[in-house]
Amino acid sequence: MNLLVALPILIPMLGGALGLLAWRSRTFQRGIGLVSSVALLIASIALMAEVLDRGIVVSRIGNWPTPFGIILVADIFSAAMVLVTGIIGAAVVIYSLAIADRRREAFGYYPLVTFLLMGVCGAFLTGDIFNLYVWFEVMLISSFVLLALGGERAQIEAAVKYVTLNLISSAIFLTAAGLTYGATGTLNMALLSERLPDVVQPGLTSAIAMLYLVAFGIKAAIFPLHFWLPAAYHTPPVAVSALFAGLLTKVGVYALIRVFTLLFVEDVGFTHQLILWSAGATMLIGVLGAIVQQDMRRILSFHIVSQIGYMIMGLGLFTRLAIAGAVFYVIHHIIVKANLFLVSGVAHRIRGSYDLRKIGGLYTYTPLLAILFMIPAMSLAGIPPLSGFFAKLALVRAGIESEQWAMVVIALFAGLLTLFSMIKIWNEAFWKPAPQEPDPRSGPPPSGIRILMGPIAALALLTLLIGAGAGPLFRIAERAADQLLGRSVYIEAVLR
Amino acid sequence: MILMLAIVIGCLYAAGVYMMLRRSIVKLIIGLALLSHGANLMIFVAGPVGGPTRAAPPIIAPGMEVPPGLYADPLPQALILTAIVIGFGVIAFALVLVKRAYKMLDTEDLDRMRSTEG
Repeated sequence: MNLLVALPILIPMLGGALGLLAWRSRTFQRGIGLVSSVALLIASIALMAEVLDRGIVVSRIGNWPTPFGIILVADIFSAAMVLVTGIIGAAVVIYSLAIADRRREAFGYYPLVTFLLMGVCGAFLTGDIFNLYVWFEVMLISSFVLLALGGERAQIEAAVKYVTLNLISSAIFLTAAGLTYGATGTLNMALLSERLPDVVQPGLTSAIAMLYLVAFGIKAAIFPLHFWLPAAYHTPPVAVSALFAGLLTKVGVYALIRVFTLLFVEDVGFTHQLILWSAGATMLIGVLGAIVQQDMRRILSFHIVSQIGYMIMGLGLFTRLAIAGAVFYVIHHIIVKANLFLVSGVAHRIRGSYDLRKIGGLYTYTPLLAILFMIPAMSLAGIPPLSGFFAKLALVRAGIESEQWAMVVIALFAGLLTLFSMIKIWNEAFWKPAPQEPDPRSGPPPSGIRILMGPIAALALLTLLIGAGAGPLFRIAERAADQLLGRSVYIEAVLR
Repeated sequence: MILMLAIVIGCLYAAGVYMMLRRSIVKLIIGLALLSHGANLMIFVAGPVGGPTRAAPPIIAPGMEVPPGLYADPLPQALILTAIVIGFGVIAFALVLVKRAYKMLDTEDLDRMRSTEG
């Protein structure tokens, strides 16, 4: 049993439990939230180093022989996802320390965030379909409470929809898991990968694959299952929005990539073609939805949908370059998107609104924030030399190599419209003069802006670094793609 | 028996979906509960290939290595138990949420909860 793989789950579990024990002490909860998220970050870096060094790391809980026990598996893709979870977790907790209101903190905000991180890490690390279901539920229950915490009108409305859609998705997932077990007699992903081709009824395998596609598709918000996301993600406090925007849908994307590279690869002409078309529609619908919006966070929410399309496009193309591009894209996107939400939170703190018509003049107020917005915004649109450019480049190249011209055109067009949206936010929020106040520097500066800038600057720096080190990092993504596509390595590591 | 259970499962799914398509949030919750019951029962019926879900309990007598004769696969039951517990917790949360929504918005009509869309 390798403890390193279990640490990203154990640390937040311990942190959350300690936070709950000290229910009355706000200071202690803040402290323990900070300590556990930083510890998670350190553990995830160690795990990533180990995986890059030694290949796939497997941990059998209680040393039960596979496929009977609970198993944790970390390949490069999983470890990289855990690493960005650590980064986003630490950034959001530090940001929350400065911006979260006392009322929410008093009702277990930090334990909830740590439990959410535990669920996310668990979903990335498990090697068993049913455990994936359980980790999804751990993550969802924390996210339900975080979304509703505070009990504002919009939050409650959004929570009703979010909870319903996710419970439907869970029921479909459970159905799929039950049918999988019925057809193969196992739920261990590596063993499933070996046994699924032997299932005698070919229709059954396709039906199960479609159930997984719908279940994870709802969580990842792919077209036509995306509508709940823009109706929900802008309602909670901005730190929670950032956490959701960065991580939650990407857990769905991770599950899709895992299931459709490891398990359902027999009928690529059907399943992956379907995924590809859905990806094209997702890119377009998301970006078009964003154009008409005036609320900063709603624009960003619609762009999440659009960006999910790119990642799924990589999966749908299903070549080595495309999968590597998708992996690179997910990592880049999580950092950029969470950062944009954090920036919008600072803008709200300064101007008191997310509505682009009501705010303005942020550039003269704080040029630093303007620059820190520009970096992730341009990266999201795919301007070189930032991280988003290389992610899009890989996917577009993969599309050209596979001669999927329609996808290439859609991807480029969606990129253009993304640029338009980002420029719109820039013009309205930062460039144009503030509509009401004649002197933007009048009045005392809101408290805590400096602390809020810390995580934003760190994430922006990371975006720059990913852009600067795109070559070596992309080679790691290619290694991850090799592991995903060459399934035998994964199966060998888990079963033998 | 399997056929009858299959029909029951189908009815549970259908009733669940029907209830969720109604406009009342209370019926929405009932629909969700029915859907998860349907999924649980389906795990039970789908069972593993080769091994029956209904047979002698898988208890190994002292001095033996494997249980004698045909025995039931214990895994589906463990899965269902887990799913029931999770489902219970989630539905409990959903009920509280719905109560809160009803109190705050003064309506149980889902069509009147659209202020966050658009």
